[in-house]
Amino acid sequence: MTSRALAPIGTAGNLFAFALDVGRGLFRRPFQLREFIQQAWFIASVTIVPTALVAIPFGAVIALQVGGLIKQFGAQSFTGSASVLAVIQQAAPIGTALLIAGAGGSAIAADLGARKIREELDAMMVLGIDPIQRLVVPRVLACMLVAFFLNGMVSVVGVAGGYVFNVVLQDGTPGAYLASFTALAQLPDLWVGLVKALVFGLIAAIVASYKGMNAEGGPKGVGDAVNESVVITFLLLFVANFVLSMIYLQVVPPKGG
Amino acid sequence: MGVEIQVNDLSKSFGKQLIWGDVTLTVPAGEICVMLGPSGTGKSVFLKTLIGLLKPDKGSIVIEGTDIASCSERELYEIRKLFGVLFQDGAMFGSMNLYDNVAFPLREHTRKSESEVRDIVMEKMDLVGLLGAEDKLPGEISGGMRKRAGLARALVLDPEIVLFDEPDSGLDPVRTAFLNQLIVDLNAQIDATFLIVTHDINTARTVPDNIGLLYHRHLAMFGPREQLLSSEEPVVRQFLNAQRVGPIGMSEEKDADELAAEAGQELPPLPPIPLQLDPSNGVPRRSQRPAGEWCRENGVTPPPGSFESSNAGLAPGA
Ligand SMILES: Nc1ncnc2c1ncn2[C@@H]1O[C@H](COP(=O)(O)OP(=O)(O)OP(=O)(O)O)[C@@H](O)[C@H]1O
Ligand SMILES: [Mg+2]
Repeated sequence: MTSRALAPIGTAGNLFAFALDVGRGLFRRPFQLREFIQQAWFIASVTIVPTALVAIPFGAVIALQVGGLIKQFGAQSFTGSASVLAVIQQAAPIGTALLIAGAGGSAIAADLGARKIREELDAMMVLGIDPIQRLVVPRVLACMLVAFFLNGMVSVVGVAGGYVFNVVLQDGTPGAYLASFTALAQLPDLWVGLVKALVFGLIAAIVASYKGMNAEGGPKGVGDAVNESVVITFLLLFVANFVLSMIYLQVVPPKGG
Repeated sequence: MGVEIQVNDLSKSFGKQLIWGDVTLTVPAGEICVMLGPSGTGKSVFLKTLIGLLKPDKGSIVIEGTDIASCSERELYEIRKLFGVLFQDGAMFGSMNLYDNVAFPLREHTRKSESEVRDIVMEKMDLVGLLGAEDKLPGEISGGMRKRAGLARALVLDPEIVLFDEPDSGLDPVRTAFLNQLIVDLNAQIDATFLIVTHDINTARTVPDNIGLLYHRHLAMFGPREQLLSSEEPVVRQFLNAQRVGPIGMSEEKDADELAAEAGQELPPLPPIPLQLDPSNGVPRRSQRPAGEWCRENGVTPPPGSFESSNAGLAPGA
């Protein structure tokens, strides 16, 4: 009974130990450049299109919501700024997180899980090669890199989507929308979005690799590993997002406030 | 030259489930050993423990003075260079074709030029009969071919110890016969220590110098081939002769009722001990002992008809 209750703590500990191993593997040479590039390309290829498709409605919804609210306050001149802030600080990292965990992380977990049950990872260790250094480190770095770019892409697409909706559907004036950008938004907003994206990429890749490498029990075990990795990653990413946002809001004073 | 493996008082459990305990045996340098046991008795777990992929709960595994069970990660990676391992399903890297798979250890651990690598890879592919399939991906070939490719990869660094996990499961009888001959020839050629896990009684009876039997969470017996083949010990006798009468049931052990019901049944006589498989050039292997020597030295009368060439290689009851 107690062992059942304590199991999640054990898992968290193992996950953390695994993350430390990855950190150590990061500095071990030779760096697997080829694997890194292949993985970055692969993760990008499975995430770019869905991310773009998610980003447009995301930006539009925020523009609609924010635009509507702001109209009630009679502060239309801040519409552009408010939706940019919402997109860059929250929507872009969260959208990135969803796609990185759902598409990138699940692909990583499935790939490593399949290798695990085919005993490829065992074979690798027997051949004197550390799978963490060889397979996991390049995936983690690739995932972070792709998250970074996806975040940028969601920001641009989201802001553009918001602009289009505001101007076309809500009769906003293009000039006012653009001019208000800098009223509330500031450069650190961009940085925090990017930092979030990097952290999300890191968490997603580590959880997915951990789950994949510990898959057991045949093909069904791989399915379970993928499923668990996506769920756990989502949970962790939303917690991480909350924590990072809190810290940011404490550390960087909002502009014009 | 082959390296000895000393296993001392080894135990392994997963959680509360004991897989096997108190396993003590010495795999002699350069000899061929077979490890038998009903499905699920932890033979694969035993092999994985020997190469340090799984940590035993207690006991030691000493190879060239290093204890695998307690050495550092670094020493472990070092000592693993002595090993070649054939995994149950070949464990080929799915993203590489067979050629790159077999070349992989060479590229990782040696500074050989690509043309030297090519020569070695081709030689090993030829050895296992896979010439012409170098460009295939592991997903595109049959299980038996994957296994043979796995063998080629295991041999490419000239290992001192070769571990085989069920080399013959999933192979047809003809391929199994070729593979057994290949194992014997290889042992004669490279003198490495071979440890084979198998279910195939015919392999167990004709190939090895020594046989071990894992059963009921312990090592039931380990010793020279002729000792086990002439043994009257119920478990050994039942398993090596593929009989239904005996302590092993469909689900691991039989219960008391079933055993009581069998009590009056007469056991069929032990089948003759077949001749050991010779290398194909006819020159006995370095570790091979003359047929019947163990029986003579230990005053055991082998079952009638033993060591006659007409019985060579016949499975019991065949
Ligand atoms: N990583 C693991 N975690 C928990 N239990 C395991 C693990 N690996 C193996 N086992 C258990 O150990 C037992 C022995 O498994 P193993 O694969 O060694 O059997 P085997 O003798 O090789 O069987 P077979 O002849 O069918 O290959 C099984 O009951 C299995 O469920
Ligand atoms: Mg097995």
